[in-house]
Amino acid sequence: MFTILHLAIIAPFLAAVLVPLLYKFIPRIHTGWFVLIIPIILFSYFLSYLPDVSGTGSVMKTFEWIPSLGVNYIAYVDGLGLLFALLITGIGALVVLYSIYYLDKHKEQLNNFYTYLLLFMGAMLGLTLSDNLIVLYTFWEITSISSFLLISYWYTKEKSRYGALKSLLITVMGGFALLVGFVLIASVTGTYSIRGILDASDQLADSPLFLPAMLLILLGAFTKSAQFPFHIWLPDAMEAPTPVSAYLHSATMVKAGIYLVARMTPLFAVSAYWFWLVTGFGLLTLIWGSLSAIRQTDLKGILAYSTVSQLGMILSMLGAGAAALHYDSVDNNAYTLAVAAAVFHLINHATYKGSLFMMVGIIDHETGTRDIRRLGGLMTLMPISFTIAVIGGFSMAGLPPFNGFLSKEMFFMSMVEITHFPQYGAESIGILLPIVAWTASVFTFVYCMMIVFRTFTGKIQKEKLPAKPHEAPFGMLLSPLILVALVVFIGFFPNTLVPAIIEPAMASIMPELAQTGSFGVDIYFWHGFTPELFMTIGVVLLGTGIFLALQKWNKMHAVFPENRLFNQAYNRSLEGLDRSSHALMSWHMTGLVRDYFIYIFSFTVVLLLFSLFGTGAFTIDVENMVPVSPYEAILSLVLVGSSLILMFTRSRLKAVISLGVLGYTVALFFVLFRAPDLALTQLTIETVSVTLFLLCFYHFPQIFDALKETKFHTANFVISVAVGLTVTLIGLSASGTRLFPAISDYFLENSYKEAGGNNVVNVILVDFRGFDTLLEILVLGIASLGVYSLIKLRLAGGENK
Amino acid sequence: MKYNDIILQTVTKFISFLIFLFAVYIFFNGHQEPGGGFIGGLMTSAALVLLLLAFDMETVRRALPIDYKIMTAVGLVFAVGTGVGSFFFSAPFLSQTFGYFHFPVLGELELTTTLAFDLGVYLVVIGTAMTIIQTIGEDK
Repeated sequence: MFTILHLAIIAPFLAAVLVPLLYKFIPRIHTGWFVLIIPIILFSYFLSYLPDVSGTGSVMKTFEWIPSLGVNYIAYVDGLGLLFALLITGIGALVVLYSIYYLDKHKEQLNNFYTYLLLFMGAMLGLTLSDNLIVLYTFWEITSISSFLLISYWYTKEKSRYGALKSLLITVMGGFALLVGFVLIASVTGTYSIRGILDASDQLADSPLFLPAMLLILLGAFTKSAQFPFHIWLPDAMEAPTPVSAYLHSATMVKAGIYLVARMTPLFAVSAYWFWLVTGFGLLTLIWGSLSAIRQTDLKGILAYSTVSQLGMILSMLGAGAAALHYDSVDNNAYTLAVAAAVFHLINHATYKGSLFMMVGIIDHETGTRDIRRLGGLMTLMPISFTIAVIGGFSMAGLPPFNGFLSKEMFFMSMVEITHFPQYGAESIGILLPIVAWTASVFTFVYCMMIVFRTFTGKIQKEKLPAKPHEAPFGMLLSPLILVALVVFIGFFPNTLVPAIIEPAMASIMPELAQTGSFGVDIYFWHGFTPELFMTIGVVLLGTGIFLALQKWNKMHAVFPENRLFNQAYNRSLEGLDRSSHALMSWHMTGLVRDYFIYIFSFTVVLLLFSLFGTGAFTIDVENMVPVSPYEAILSLVLVGSSLILMFTRSRLKAVISLGVLGYTVALFFVLFRAPDLALTQLTIETVSVTLFLLCFYHFPQIFDALKETKFHTANFVISVAVGLTVTLIGLSASGTRLFPAISDYFLENSYKEAGGNNVVNVILVDFRGFDTLLEILVLGIASLGVYSLIKLRLAGGENK
Repeated sequence: MKYNDIILQTVTKFISFLIFLFAVYIFFNGHQEPGGGFIGGLMTSAALVLLLLAFDMETVRRALPIDYKIMTAVGLVFAVGTGVGSFFFSAPFLSQTFGYFHFPVLGELELTTTLAFDLGVYLVVIGTAMTIIQTIGEDK
């Protein structure tokens, strides 16, 4: 059944259809106000699911989509899905509110913006609330496409287009890998349902396809979540308008990969590869991102790399959390903490990163620049933005009393804890994990301080700013203020989230452990003089030192210019692809129809003859053949005669007429074989097309003069004869062979019973195989548009091109 | 160039109307006897083409001010619409149904949803054929 839950998921798509109309007919009101309603309603709707998913609960609603292929739209709300749904709609509402002030209704194409944004929102909801892998994949790709459209929103800018294309190429490449991975999983377990696959996880673990499927799915997740070395698309995606960056590239889309890793954890976590790949790539991304971030001078660039690194951090916690699944119960199982930290940090990151992005957008909007070398001293001019920056930035740096502190302490704790894990060599090389985590945190601290202090303290350089700086309007400040209020609130009362959101999400990531008892997550500020606390103190001390000495670091950048290794690899491979495909194309795409016919016909002949004789399908059975009647013989003679005339005539008129004769003769054959529908169609088609020929007569090039000089081509002759022979042979052996019972009896029997029609042909066309007809008329429509645009565009001045 | 084709023009006025009527008949009768949207549409286009041949393009356009591209689009919307319509009855895409109804004057008639779908096909076929013929015909 199609339920309200399904409706809620596709509601953004439905609204997306209305946006252009609202934009056009109610131009006086900023379209964003209408759009804002959608995420607000959805957010409150999804809030009502909170009691349903508490503990290990879940809600499942099935709508049969393509039941014959096992592709059903199963909306599935559990802790993890709900967490994402709330993030998507909640942050979505704030972002829309912010964008109303950010995007000018007179200067911007709001219809495009909000259509894409709603498409994206719907896709994210579908992705996180679906139980079917194919449905999930479909929505996954819609997020790629809608983010492509959003990044290239200012499509007149070269850099926007470059960034959009880069993100699309990388994430879609990962998407294909993901699809293959899903198909591999389904081929082992026999189902596309995530529930079903988790039930059959033992089966998958024994299969040789386990590792390939895991690698492919990780590839998909890593490209989407901008993990090293695929992170290169995220900084370029910052060309999008800031609301988009805040929404897609920090709070939601990039977290789709994390969602997938969390979703697949119960399936793959038994493997040491999973543990090391997820944790390793996570930590590598964490440190790489934080090191790259401090080299940036663009505020959005810093935030982009910081997102990259924070995503790596969440992923590494999920990887470490895989260790928890090696225990039978939650008792004495310290590694569940890593999963709790991952979920908690996911929420925290969305709150503070969202607010920071919006703050940067405000700076950009009100001063005209995001370059930290030009900014400075804005504290007194923009006190509210400064407050937002301090709270967001300090939270990201992991300082008390904000929520980032709590999750970072948990992160340290889980990284220290994982070194005691007795498997996978975690006890020996595992010592690297806390070291890398700590080092990366130092740099995280440094870039957070850069964002806050380089922008707001020091001397103001008004002459370097394109605009006169002043505080943003209240509406623009509202969204980031709500987010930083959340940062503070979660910081002081983290445990309000635990039973409602964090533990249900953990239950979805570790379903088997959730059966054995409560996770008992308890988050608190003061946890004694533990190693984590000393690590944090070390981060602050060393980080402050580095921040103060940053000028010297900048000189080092000059010696070691920014590492562009992966960007260069990307650009080179694109250029190479371009060049080689161009070479390949110009080699065989000659632009001559004659050459294309040669390819088509020789391939057809070779393939058909091969399958005919190679598989022993060739048989001639004379018994089934009907004697040829005199009418048929005469018609065949006419047919052959007219086609011979068509071949050898040098007059255009004769050619058109003999073609008409050919068509009418075929129609007569249909009459003889008692197919009145076909005969009627053929007759009218012939009439219309002969008229068409007469109409374009005027435009015929003088091919017939050219033909006089044409020489005889042996190759062409051989191909033509081969085609004729092949078709004849296939016709003969097809009439003699019947592998399956004819389907015509079924149609004859059921056409009146099922569809109330006596004309079987028509019933097949409009009812039994209506889908075919639908697509056929679509093709017709496209063809007519094609002809129209070809001719009209040529008339409109394309003649010379 | 102006031809003196008074006979063709006079005959065409009657014939094309007859062809059109026959096309409509064939369209409605398609479910039971040879005919249907495809053939009906083609036949209607044939009638229109005859008009185009007998008169010039401008005259026909003034008599029948139809944008055939829009006709194609309307036809597609009709066809897709009947498919989507089945969702409202919790049926799969493009499910069709039929029933018998009593009408004044006409008596009992069979009505089927495929007729709406077929109407879409009919419109698309006319739209496509006429768009192509008109564009090529106008292109001098």
